[in-house]
Amino acid sequence: MSPLEIVILLPLLSALAVWLGAPARATSVGTAVLNLLIVLGLVWQFKSASAGKAGFAYESARVVLDNPAIAFAVGADGVSLILALLTALVTFAAVWQISPEKPGIYHIASQLIAGGAFGAFLCTDVFFLYAFHELALIPTLLMIANYGHGDDEHRKAVAWKTTVYLGAGSLVLLAGLAWVVLEFSGGEKLTFDLTALKAQAAATPLPAAQQATMAFVLLLGFGTLVSLFPLHSWAAPAYASAPTPVAMLHSGVLKKFGLYGLLRIALPLLPQGFQAEWVQQALLYMLLGNILIMGFVTIHQKRLDDVLANSSVMHMGYIFLGLAAGTEIALRGAVLLMFAHGISIALLFALAGRLRSQLGTLELSKLGGLGSHAPVFTVLFAFGTFASIGLPGLANFAGEVMVFIGCFTTWGVTNFGPLQWTVAFALWGVVMSAVYMLRAYRGIFHGTAAAGHFMKDPAFSQRVPLILLAAVLLIAGCCPWLLLGLMKTDLATVAEAASTAVQGAAKAAAGTAH
Amino acid sequence: MSVFLLEANLALLGIFILLLEVGLPTISRRTIAAISIGGTALCALLFFIAASNDCVSLPAFVQPWMKLDRLAMFYKGLALVITLIVLWLTHECAPYVSKYTVDGRVTELFSIPLIVCSGMMWMAAAQDLVTVFVALELVTVSFYVLVAFARKSNLALEAGVKYLILGALSTGVLIFGIAWTYGATGSLSYEGISHALTSAGTAKGPALLGAAFLLAGLCFKVAAAPFQSWVPDVYQGAPIPVTTFLSVGSKAAGFVVLTRVVDAFLVEGSIIGSEVKALLLILGALTVLLGSLPAMFQQSVKRLLGYSSISHAGYLVLALACHDSIRSEMSSGGIIAFYLGTYLPMTVLAFLVLAVLRVNGGGEDIRDFRGLGKRSPLLALAMTIALASLAGLPLTAGFMGKLFVFISLADQAYWGALVCAAIGAAAGFYYYFRAIVAIHSSDSGLASQPLTVNTASKAGAIVLSVAIIVLGVYPRPLQKILVKEAPVAAKAH
Repeated sequence: MSPLEIVILLPLLSALAVWLGAPARATSVGTAVLNLLIVLGLVWQFKSASAGKAGFAYESARVVLDNPAIAFAVGADGVSLILALLTALVTFAAVWQISPEKPGIYHIASQLIAGGAFGAFLCTDVFFLYAFHELALIPTLLMIANYGHGDDEHRKAVAWKTTVYLGAGSLVLLAGLAWVVLEFSGGEKLTFDLTALKAQAAATPLPAAQQATMAFVLLLGFGTLVSLFPLHSWAAPAYASAPTPVAMLHSGVLKKFGLYGLLRIALPLLPQGFQAEWVQQALLYMLLGNILIMGFVTIHQKRLDDVLANSSVMHMGYIFLGLAAGTEIALRGAVLLMFAHGISIALLFALAGRLRSQLGTLELSKLGGLGSHAPVFTVLFAFGTFASIGLPGLANFAGEVMVFIGCFTTWGVTNFGPLQWTVAFALWGVVMSAVYMLRAYRGIFHGTAAAGHFMKDPAFSQRVPLILLAAVLLIAGCCPWLLLGLMKTDLATVAEAASTAVQGAAKAAAGTAH
Repeated sequence: MSVFLLEANLALLGIFILLLEVGLPTISRRTIAAISIGGTALCALLFFIAASNDCVSLPAFVQPWMKLDRLAMFYKGLALVITLIVLWLTHECAPYVSKYTVDGRVTELFSIPLIVCSGMMWMAAAQDLVTVFVALELVTVSFYVLVAFARKSNLALEAGVKYLILGALSTGVLIFGIAWTYGATGSLSYEGISHALTSAGTAKGPALLGAAFLLAGLCFKVAAAPFQSWVPDVYQGAPIPVTTFLSVGSKAAGFVVLTRVVDAFLVEGSIIGSEVKALLLILGALTVLLGSLPAMFQQSVKRLLGYSSISHAGYLVLALACHDSIRSEMSSGGIIAFYLGTYLPMTVLAFLVLAVLRVNGGGEDIRDFRGLGKRSPLLALAMTIALASLAGLPLTAGFMGKLFVFISLADQAYWGALVCAAIGAAAGFYYYFRAIVAIHSSDSGLASQPLTVNTASKAGAIVLSVAIIVLGVYPRPLQKILVKEAPVAAKAH
């Protein structure tokens, strides 16, 4: 039995145990700690486990269906291991900070989301990859609908909007994945095995035009799940009204599934499609929408939860930029940024949740002067804020810089193309994040406190998960090679495929020009 | 061992139970239930022992009309299992059903299902249309009684009348179709029909007319368009065990006949092959849409399950149209059998939860499900799994069934039908999810005291939930039973 299977199944089993009456907090926190330790052990062992192997480490496959070939196959490379580490960290923080008087369903939902996310990141079979994401989505939606913030009418409306968006996105995604499976199953038999599909895609590439359509369908499907610009409007209200652990887990972890899916399926299987000119152009416009339009939207928010929710949508633009660039540096930066954003947004949502529960409001106009009452809280919030802005020394900075640099190391092309123009615009997004995050920080912690809105520092035991997340931000920011070292060759092949695709297209264009 | 004898004994047992009450008017309900359930369980046991040892046979005098192939054995097993479950559900629901019967007794509910079961088992093996018709009518006429059994309830009466009128009409259509088919092909056996359809001398027009009427008549039994409109009313009005029986047993029986009839019509080189396929595609797509779109506006869970039953029938009719999936090893018959095998636990589980709520004095509307998560966590979890599976969420049995249907449609490039099926599935997510949200809702609605659930219901809910999950993540064993068999002849001797 592969250790990865244990990592996936533990949270699901603990959710079942809590549902059937096990003590909620002890079971759930215990599972999260255990899982975090296992994942850390796997990261530690990864070098020796993956030595001399081309594909995945910690592999195992259990056939569940012969034809079409579906197997519960797990395996980890650097990218999936980093995301599993993210999941373990955020889950730990999310279930720890659930206050003991909340009903057990909070723990059940959190563990289900965690299990689903682990499954989605660690499965190497398209069927289970998709299925586990759906499994994580359902408790998310149920928790927003039944336990979200705001009045009954409001959260029902938000929950339905989210359900419709994510449901439709999942269906488009399912269609795209089915198309991939139908096209790339060699021989007489359909297969959902990612490695086999990849081999077939490399052996008999499809015509570029068809690849482009398929890549676009996948982009729309995965993009909806990541709140890519015109398909983003579910995300901000959903995060703002979701219960704190759900907001942490979805915005921090589960949302990364869409990006991970693009990186895992669309880029390697459809290199020519993803690099096709119109797909690239569309993606660049959309991600600029994320960065610039959502940046302005965020600046105008009046409540802290809305600021955080919208900023989370905005920051997805940078990760998409890394995927669009397609060079190895940019892709590695994108993965690092996924990790960093997940940790920082989870920290911020956890802190905002505490603020809400202690003060009863998150209106920026009503808050102020908390810094002198709650110094520890203030420092932790500062970590989240500065990471989110992209201050050097914290994890997000390393990721963003790698993405930006990666956009300029294109394959021997020297001119200043659309990608580079996009970077020039995207850089302004950094300024905008500084504006809204610093303004929120100043508003909450400086100045004088409004009457009746005081708060205390969290109790010592409550600080543990928050300090852990802040420490991770600092460590990953100062020593990004700890994470980057895990991704050895996995992204190089993806980048190489993209480079061949681009050069092939350039050559073809030159050929027709002459 | 002779399967035929087993079936005949089952029917005789049903008649015996009926007579028992005449002879001993004071016999308790518990005794009757024990005889009925015990007898059926014994039959099921004998059947499965014989089937697993591969020593089943038919007596010589029915050989011309019946054949035991893999499909027949599967559906016979399915019929026994569902009958057993229905008898048990009847026992559970008897306290509240007996309030609506004229004399407060429910003996017929324990005897008629046995007769229905033998009818379904005969139908599964039948090889010619007359045998099919007789077996089918045995089932349908019995259901007329069962549906209207709770006579003191107006809804049940309405259901009974609707079922009777539409049933009679569809029987007429069916017999009309059989007559035309006989006239066109000169044969009543599947083999003869498919043989005639491939020979040049057969007239196309009459054969097509016969096929169309035959299919339409059979569509009534499986709740597919154009005869689907009875379903919601009948499901709502009939007692819960009968509804369960209708939605799984009657549907399975109808589909085994449809599978064989369509197989005969779509035989290689058939002169009406493409028309029948087109007809099935249209009917299937229509059924999916007519089932899932109205379902979005239902308030009663029983009606919701009725509409969902229609849309599931639609997917199966679409699978029939694909005839032979190119890339999966299963023929359409195998896919349909697989789908029905996965459909059984989820439907039964949903009705079981409804029955428990009903026995506890609750209603059948979605709002009655509010707060179920607090009243009984186990049942709430079970109902969530059942609804998720009906919606076709991955990792549940329902997804696997749909997966095969969608793959066949894509393999045959029936894109229009595929789009309709996808719309139906998307609508399904909406209406099942509405019920799931209600179950886990934090405010408890009207009633909030914990439910009393007896051990048998708890055990049943656990077994069925586990079955759904296992079939969803490890469908291999079930599929293995149903992969395309090497020509039927291999099994015949």
